[in-house]
Amino acid sequence: MIDRKQVLHVARLARLELSDEEVERMSGELSTILDHVERMNELDLDGVEPTSHVVALENVLRADEPRPSWPREQVLEPAPDPAEGAFRVPSPQA
Amino acid sequence: MDDVLELTVAEALRRISDGDLSAGEYFDTYAKAAAGDELGAYLWTADPGPPATPPPPESETSRRRAGDSLRGAPLAVKDIFCTEGIETTAGSRILEGYRPPYTATAVRKLADAGARLLGKTNMDEFAMGSSTENSGYGPVLNPWDRERVPGGSSGGSAAAVAGRVAPWAIGTDTGGSIRQPASLCGIVGLKPTYGAVSRYGMIAFASSLDQCGPLTRDVTDAALLLRVAEGRDACDSTSVGIDGGVELPSRENLDGLRFGVPRELAADAEGIEAGVSEVFERTLGAIRELGGEVDECELPNAAHGLSAYYVLAPAEASANLARYDGVRYGQRADADADLIAMYERTRAAGFGAEVKRRIMLGTYALSSGYYEAYYGRAQRVRTKIADDFRAAFTRFDYLVTPTSPTVAFKIGERTANPLAMYLSDFCTVPMSLAGIPAISIPAGLAEPDGGGSGLPVGFQIAAPAFGESGLLDAAHALERAIDFDTRPPGVRP
Repeated sequence: MIDRKQVLHVARLARLELSDEEVERMSGELSTILDHVERMNELDLDGVEPTSHVVALENVLRADEPRPSWPREQVLEPAPDPAEGAFRVPSPQA
Repeated sequence: MDDVLELTVAEALRRISDGDLSAGEYFDTYAKAAAGDELGAYLWTADPGPPATPPPPESETSRRRAGDSLRGAPLAVKDIFCTEGIETTAGSRILEGYRPPYTATAVRKLADAGARLLGKTNMDEFAMGSSTENSGYGPVLNPWDRERVPGGSSGGSAAAVAGRVAPWAIGTDTGGSIRQPASLCGIVGLKPTYGAVSRYGMIAFASSLDQCGPLTRDVTDAALLLRVAEGRDACDSTSVGIDGGVELPSRENLDGLRFGVPRELAADAEGIEAGVSEVFERTLGAIRELGGEVDECELPNAAHGLSAYYVLAPAEASANLARYDGVRYGQRADADADLIAMYERTRAAGFGAEVKRRIMLGTYALSSGYYEAYYGRAQRVRTKIADDFRAAFTRFDYLVTPTSPTVAFKIGERTANPLAMYLSDFCTVPMSLAGIPAISIPAGLAEPDGGGSGLPVGFQIAAPAFGESGLLDAAHALERAIDFDTRPPGVRP
């Protein structure tokens, strides 16, 4: 069971503001989903290696040759608040 | 010119090459049909007429790999693929107005071979969903019954192809997002082997599972599209391409091929409808008549696929979606707040309910103290499922299951119950976890539980990694025998 306090903690980690109603709903829904997920515990997984990736690839490298990066204006173009050639963000203490 | 809308792409290209149809006429017929789309399948459509900018010169490699050029064939593209200068939202309000400065490799390769962008298709937000009801821009209607969902998350692509407003489309599949909507809309959908097609420019959901693939009216078109789109790409270090490329299918029988039926994902699949089982059994009969052998097989851990998937995919998503914070692109909320509050409010305002749920689930599963119990275990379950498939493929050439446990369900029917929605992917998720290719072909019509007119049922065929050519060949032979009419009732003469 995921309680209200845990929901708020996780929401903070995820940088997600939740309304009271969302906190309430999330607590119930996440608990239901995790109950289903915990069916995995029926399996004996001792000694089983984890799979993070299905294609056996290692150290995919390219030649270390200098090349131009994208023009600054093009990268800044979709930003909500570009300023002085950079991404402007609010102060950490507004 | 309405019959142009009934041609497969391969047929249209033949007509163009014979001089019976012009490329401009082909494109314009579809551009007009797409502009009149009533299914909500599109978020953006191209204007009829000659292209605003002349097509780029066909690159040597794509011409060689593609054989014939795609000669201006219209292509619908899921809105998860970046298209330079054209709004790309991934179905999310948080990316409203985002015009990417570059084009996804898969789209570029198809364009280099001569395809023309027809439109960007609607989808579940960030590809999270099985009904396209999670789009930030409204739902998509199933052309077979407009009160029902087209499936998801590539629901716009599937509905457009089935509803005759696109000849073919590309989508993405993470746990079933190409195959399940193809099944619910009565068309062909292929999820290639992980690594077959570049993910560069494909907005990331769960990076170890996401793969681009075709949604088409027949198997030949799926092969035609994949042979252009696949290949290693220096911009995606996990892409390897398909060794030897993709052959166009020609097989007419299934002599000597062994088909395994995993009970766990067929007769015993969670929530399977009687009508779906019936069509599935009938299709097994068609395989036997074509000379194929059909036998039961075991995938003992496959039923746990969904549990592992709903840890792994949200975990990867929670990391991938951290980038939507109102700084580099998309929308920003509450510019006057301090930095952290700006992040939190931007994400609160920009993401829909399902995306928030998955971010929370993934963040929880990766958080201190829970990582091993959820993420670690799920990764081990993934290994066991991949091992199950490896063992099965020592006895069988292909494994077959229903694609979806049910036919298309009613709009709104599963939105209140996330778990019921997740079960839509019960039969498709295990192949995604194993990274192997799987195709859904339409196999017949079935009444939904509770009655009603017949709706399409998909038949899923899975193959060993990079076995696409053989898979397409087998699917082609079976498709010919089934002879499914892909026209929804509304578009039949």
